[in-house]
Order: sequence, then structure tokens, then C-alpha cells
Amino acid sequence: MSEATEALERAYRDEWTTLVAVLAGQLGGDVGLAEETVADAFAAAVVEWPARGVPARPGAWLTTVARRRAIDRLRREATRSAALDRLETLMRDDDTTADAPEPPDRSGIDDDRLRLLFTCCHPALALEARVALTLRVVAGLEVAGVARALLTAETTMYQRLGRAKKKIKAARIPYRVPAAPELSDRVHGVLHVIHLVYNEGHVASAGDDLVRVDLCREALRLGRLVAELLRDDAEALGLLAFLLLTDARRAARTDAEGVPVSLEDQDRGRWDAELIAEGTEVLGRALGHRSPGQFQVQAAIAALHAEAPHWDATDWPQIAALYGELARLVPSPVVTINRAAAVAMADGPHVGLAVLDGLVVDDRLERYQPLHATRAELLARAGDHDGAAAAYRRAIELTENAAERTALEARSRRGGTGR
Amino acid sequence: MKYMLLLRFELDAGPAEGTPEFDAEMAKWGEVMGELAQTGSMIAAHGLDTEATATTVRVRDDEALVTDGPFAETKESFFSYIIIDVPDLDTALGWAKKMPNVTYGSVEVRPLSAHEQDA
Repeated sequence: MSEATEALERAYRDEWTTLVAVLAGQLGGDVGLAEETVADAFAAAVVEWPARGVPARPGAWLTTVARRRAIDRLRREATRSAALDRLETLMRDDDTTADAPEPPDRSGIDDDRLRLLFTCCHPALALEARVALTLRVVAGLEVAGVARALLTAETTMYQRLGRAKKKIKAARIPYRVPAAPELSDRVHGVLHVIHLVYNEGHVASAGDDLVRVDLCREALRLGRLVAELLRDDAEALGLLAFLLLTDARRAARTDAEGVPVSLEDQDRGRWDAELIAEGTEVLGRALGHRSPGQFQVQAAIAALHAEAPHWDATDWPQIAALYGELARLVPSPVVTINRAAAVAMADGPHVGLAVLDGLVVDDRLERYQPLHATRAELLARAGDHDGAAAAYRRAIELTENAAERTALEARSRRGGTGR
Repeated sequence: MKYMLLLRFELDAGPAEGTPEFDAEMAKWGEVMGELAQTGSMIAAHGLDTEATATTVRVRDDEALVTDGPFAETKESFFSYIIIDVPDLDTALGWAKKMPNVTYGSVEVRPLSAHEQDA
């Protein structure tokens, strides 16, 4: 790899979020203009760096180019804006000259990155727009990459992002960290978006592969960023711990053909010990804040699985109790289904089935594949092979992911006939 | 008697900006608004930004539900409007949440058009 390409990739990886965040602040919160002009600056670097050499301070070079582009675009607008005045002043007092030392205080940058996250995850934007904006604007994925990651046509993704960026500007979604009364809700909103990004990568809702590594990687990067920026927030740490402990199992979750391997059958030697150690350490810090929340509970469950040397050594009573706690914090049928599976392991399949029977199954839940897969598993363990076979059939019907279907068919052959 | 006129159109219907038809329509707007003002009947008139910039607020069980877009329930009827001048959307949403109907109806928060913002 040439020196210029290497420098470009490093700048993209290390500087993108900061460049967009700082420029958006200088533009009075116009996140769209900041993202587009920083992208322009990188496009210019692709042409200029290989030809003229890598600048001494790549970040400063990119900042200057992005600002110039933003000034050009603002000058073309009919009215003179405060953003234009501010940028022109900044360019005059140029604080990015090549020989000036890097500013030692990075706390302003941290604030800007937080503002960027909170703006991209603002509840006045549709959830799918928040996910797309977070991937594009905060994580710096190319639009084509975001479209691929979220299984959306590229033109649709351009429209979705364009509409969201226009709304941020036109409706004046504030570029700031929310104040105390709403802060915890809004932090949860940001964590929720990152969790969604991970989940979409962890079990791709459609397509042929079970896991989409690119999305998992971006979610982890975002999780680390948020945990770094909100270091005193127990749930931000909890989410990072959960992502690390879950991602640690990734290599073992599919076999050589890409077919999912259930937790029970996974080769635990293939779990990533480094990620588990890091996740456990982060979880410890989260719990130290004594401010419980759903992500910490989920991380604690993942940690118990990670600790168990083999399936039979799993601390099921503890896991069942944690699912009970999760059901109290965020009641949902999905949590109940997981709790049923854990209770079945702790107290026997009949007890788990009784938990499932407590669910009110409406049309939407009836189409939720894991309900049937879990019921099938428990029925098989309870010795009801006909019931298990029927439940497996329904689960297979409902599965859109090819790899997952193959795994269910295999389990059905095992469980539907008794092992 | 005081009345409110609610003006609607379907996006992309009507003449496109930059065409002679558009200019002709703008002249017509100028004419009719001028005529209205001259009679002394005009109280207020403002253009709104597009529906894509709207946010709807509801409060149910003490929980604020903020959604992107206008999305009023079809049975909900439009009964009042309030124009406020505040620093940003969060402040506007804060006021929206205080409207008594927000617990059983909804409040749509829509910016006035960019042209009105500068005026």
C-alpha cells in the first residue's frame, strides 16, 4: 500500500467523526452540509495526496478543504447566514496552519462528537433514518455501504438520508447534548440505535448469511465511542460490554458452511478470550455505578454464558433470574421467550413451557419465528415429539434467513424424533 | 366573522418552480393577497415548510411519543393553531407537550417556510 493510501485510510478511520462533528458545530448544527463537505475534502485528498504528498497534518488539511467547500456552498445561498460569517472568521484566523501544534485540549472535540450522536439519534427523526444517519454521518460508512448494510436500494438510501438531513436543518433539531431532565431518555435513544445496528448485523433479518460482520464491526466501534464519551453512564458501558461479550462468540456461531450453530453446540475454544476479558472488565465498571439498566442485565447474561466452560456448566438459575429482571425492566414477548428457555434449563422443560403459555399470542407474535423455535425445543425436551415437529415446521415456514432455516431443519430432524 | 382558510396541495401538483406557469401563479398570489389586504380582511398569513419537516407529539400514560412526520389519526380534526418563535425544535416540542389535548389528541410541530423564518 502506498504512503498516501495508507495515510488516507488512517485519516478516514481516525478523523472522520471528529471532522464532521467539529464542522457541524461551526455550521450551527447543519449536519448535512458538514457531512457532504467533509466527504468532498476526502475526495480531494484521494486526488491530491498521491500527487503532491501527504500533508504534515492530514486532519488540518482536510478541515481547511471542507471549510472552503462549505463557504462556497453558503455563499451561493440567497441570504448571508451566521454560519458563513463564523466560518469566514475561522478561515481568516486560520487555526489549522500546518506548523501550529495540535490543540492539547480534546474535550471540545468530545463534546462535538456527542452533539453529533445526539442529533443523528434525535427522536423527531424516523428510527430507520436515525440508524442510517448514525452509520453514514457518525461512523462514516459510504452511502452505498449503508444501503447494502440495511438491505435498501442505494437511491432509496440517498433519499432517506437527504430527507433526514433536510429535516435537521429545516426543523432546527438542536446540535447539543440534551439537558438533565431528558438526558437519560436521549442517551437510551442513542444506545438503542447502536444496539439495532449490532442486531441487524448479528442476525441478518434477510439474505443468505447469518452474520453481517461489517455491521457488527461498526456497532462495536460506535459502542466504544459512546462508552468513551459517556464514561460515567452505566448503560453506555453496559451496552459496550454486551456487544463485546456477544461478539466474542461470533466465530463459533456459524460452521464452515455458514450454518448457525446453537450456543449448546458451539466450540467454546473458538470464543474470543480477549473480547470476553474486555467485556467482563467493562461490565464490572458498569455495575460499579450501581445504576441498573437493561443493557447491563443483557451483558450480565452474556457474561454468564462466556464464563461457563461448557453448556452443562452454565449457571441457569442465575440466567433465568436475570431474564426475570430484564422482563421487569423492559417487558416484552421477546424477553419472555428467552426467559422461558432459561427457566426450562434451570427447572425443566415443563416449567419453561408454562412461561410460554402465559404469553398472549396475537397475529404479530404468531409470526415471530423464535417463539415457535423455542417451543419446539422445549416440547422435544419434554418428550412431545409430534408437538415439537409441528412447532419446528411453523418456525421453518417463518424463517427468511437461509442459513437459519438450514439449522432449524437439522434441529427439527433431531428433536422431532427424539435423540 | 373570522375564518381560517387552510390551503392544501399534493406534492408535485401545480406548476414547477422556474417555469413560466410558476411565475404566472406567483403573480396571481400577489394579486389576490394584495386584494385581500386592501379590503382590511387579512389578519395573518404564513407559508409552512413541507410535511417532511414535521414532527408529531402525543402523550399517552405520561410518556411522550415523538414521531417523524404529520401522521395525524384520520379521525383527528384540526381545531387550533399557535405560532411560536423559539430557539430550536426541542423548545417547540417542549411547548407541544404542554398542550392539554396532547394526552388524547396530537400536536404537529411544523416549521414555517424558510422564507417566513427570515421575514
